[in-house]
Amino acid sequence: MTVTFLILAALTIIGASAAMGLRNLIHCVLALTLGFVGLAMLYLELGAQFVGFTQILVYVGAVAILSVFAIMMTRSAGPHAEPALSASWIIGLVVAGATFAVLAWAILSSGITAPATEAPDVSVKQIGDALMHSYAVPLEIMGLLLTAALIGAVIIAMPQEKTP
Amino acid sequence: MSAQTVDQIFVLIKAWLMGHVPIAFQPIASAILSVAPVLVVFPLLFAITTVLERKGLGRMQNRYGPNRVGPYGFLQPMADGIKSLTKEDIIPRSADAVVHFLAPLLLVLASFLAYAVLPIGRNMVITDLNAGVLFFFAIGSMVELAVFMAGWSSRSKYSLLGAMRAVAQMISYEIPLVLSAIVVIMATGTLSTVAIVDKQAVYTHGVAHWFLFTPWGFVGFILFMIAATAESNRSPFDLPEGESEIIAGYYIEYSGFKFALFFLGEYLGMFATSGLAITLFLGGWSAPVSFLTWIPSYIWFFLKLLVFIFVFIWVRGTFPRLRMDQLMGLAWKFMLPMTLLNVFDVGIWHLMPHGILRWIVCTAVLILPAMLLSRTLNRKQKLQTRTYRYAD
Amino acid sequence: MLGEGLLKGLAETARNFFGSYAGKDRLTTLQFPEERAPRIEASRNFPFLVYDGADPEAGLRCVSCFICEKECPPKCIFIEKSTDKKPDAVGKQQFYPARFNIDVSVCMSCQICVEVCPFDAIKMDVAFEEASTGRFSDLLWPKQRLAKSNDYYHEIHPTEAAGVDAELAAARAKAAAPKPAPAAAPAAAPAAPPASGGAAE
Repeated sequence: MTVTFLILAALTIIGASAAMGLRNLIHCVLALTLGFVGLAMLYLELGAQFVGFTQILVYVGAVAILSVFAIMMTRSAGPHAEPALSASWIIGLVVAGATFAVLAWAILSSGITAPATEAPDVSVKQIGDALMHSYAVPLEIMGLLLTAALIGAVIIAMPQEKTP
Repeated sequence: MSAQTVDQIFVLIKAWLMGHVPIAFQPIASAILSVAPVLVVFPLLFAITTVLERKGLGRMQNRYGPNRVGPYGFLQPMADGIKSLTKEDIIPRSADAVVHFLAPLLLVLASFLAYAVLPIGRNMVITDLNAGVLFFFAIGSMVELAVFMAGWSSRSKYSLLGAMRAVAQMISYEIPLVLSAIVVIMATGTLSTVAIVDKQAVYTHGVAHWFLFTPWGFVGFILFMIAATAESNRSPFDLPEGESEIIAGYYIEYSGFKFALFFLGEYLGMFATSGLAITLFLGGWSAPVSFLTWIPSYIWFFLKLLVFIFVFIWVRGTFPRLRMDQLMGLAWKFMLPMTLLNVFDVGIWHLMPHGILRWIVCTAVLILPAMLLSRTLNRKQKLQTRTYRYAD
Repeated sequence: MLGEGLLKGLAETARNFFGSYAGKDRLTTLQFPEERAPRIEASRNFPFLVYDGADPEAGLRCVSCFICEKECPPKCIFIEKSTDKKPDAVGKQQFYPARFNIDVSVCMSCQICVEVCPFDAIKMDVAFEEASTGRFSDLLWPKQRLAKSNDYYHEIHPTEAAGVDAELAAARAKAAAPKPAPAAAPAAAPAAPPASGGAAE
């Protein structure tokens, strides 16, 4: 538990909690972006350079922008009339507690301990090879999924012909 | 003073200084000593560029640029700096104060971070990351968030519109930017900027192995520069910025030093993408011909950067602004297919045996579809009658 | 060829850039305030009062008839008539303005005061470097500041001033001439009826 890890973990948790707790919707998205950055830095601290930078590129650069665009296009980001806590907060607390308990049990009872050897130096070439050989089918499926999403977005945004 | 010493002078100075630092502070001192020159040199370059741009544009438009402050007006940035520092910092009452304050900071932060992977000279890179090019593009995508924050926090319809347009433009051009850099990564097999420059710093028959001198490299370079111009909101793609002359841009509610910070961020982004283009296509700090290698490596880098700056100014003074739909059409209909074609082309280049046939085939594969594509896109479009979905 | 227009445009601006260093005649900029463009005679800025001769008080043409004050659209002229009279250019006793103030922060240089003045007393000046630091105090110009000599008027608007002087001289000559004509007419009239009466007898 190094100081770096504690700071980054605190940053991520603060970002995520602020994303849930803030009133203004855009502030929530920006706090979530802070959480993403914290996650990326955690990846970098573990030595996974490719994943860390891809996290920034995809989440901060694309997902956050997508979220703010969606908020801008669909609703006004002013303060809500409803209170911040929902009425059924007890059930929410129970569900969150149960999820946390399951995850904690899964992590603690797994066989993964502190690594005895150095982390493998995975190069981008190895990731590319794996994607093209072992994981070629999931790659193609994801490509199809993304194409479907793209076509769907274009259809929604296309101006419709007025039928007489 | 041999050529080697002059070339490595900054590395030697840093090593000498580090010898005087106690062991406990070595990492932090090393980081500060690496970063401080970048923090000093590039804002200085920004100041010089502002006056060069104004004088250059003036000469292209048959007039003098600023010529009152200092010899031939070259102390004008000092006057501009004093002006922007002493202006009143106005924050609109309905603006979101926290986000309004953070937006220029994030922009400048992202722009400065990008210099961490550019090799300015031989052994002169702040950090040699294994995924250096990926880091650069990841940081570049943070700039869009800063632009959006700036536009939204001003709570003004016009600045929000300007921010939306700017973000749409930057997102659209990010794909050709990354794809045209992919060809270099394919050719070298590595994402590390230092390794890419090292692969280009070899000479056959006295000419360097710059990727610019290959057909796919040349086309990739041109596409990269067009996308880089659009990414930094620079003329002729400066619709978000040029609109501020007419209605508002995304930073119109800013005044004083924050306004200057936006310009600093924009120009730093321009220098950073030029630096990456130099690293990927123009061989970084290497000389073009082998008998000029006695000139220090950092001098070569800055010479190339100055040429890029001059070309940016030249392009700004020549072309009219692109309209939003023309801009988007260029990105999605022309540049995206061309970059994909370029990726295909570098594959052919890699797999064919060396020789003149390789050159002919690769050039033909690029030029013929480009002409066909441009002919198709330049056909007169039949405009349909406009139908509005919601306005009836 | 694709991009031909772009390259031609770039060549044009490059030619402009290098040409501006090669030949100085491309750059038509005047380095103000060291070099100034020649002034056009018909330019105007704010009004001034004309006086003949050397004394601003004695030679002032203005007789405070109040026409310019009434005609001024933004009402920037403020005149106070004097209680005594002084002789004008031809010796006749005329009133004169005890106070003549123009508020140049209001004046819009429309020249209406010049057009309606029957005495050619107020004309348009051309001096434009009149910036001052006092926002209100320095921009209400009194008579002493407004009065400038006829020679100055000749300097700034030569043809106009020559025309005004010629008109004034002609008017003065006409005013001095017609005294003999009414004296000759009554002498001719009594001579005519006795001649016609004698002819009828």
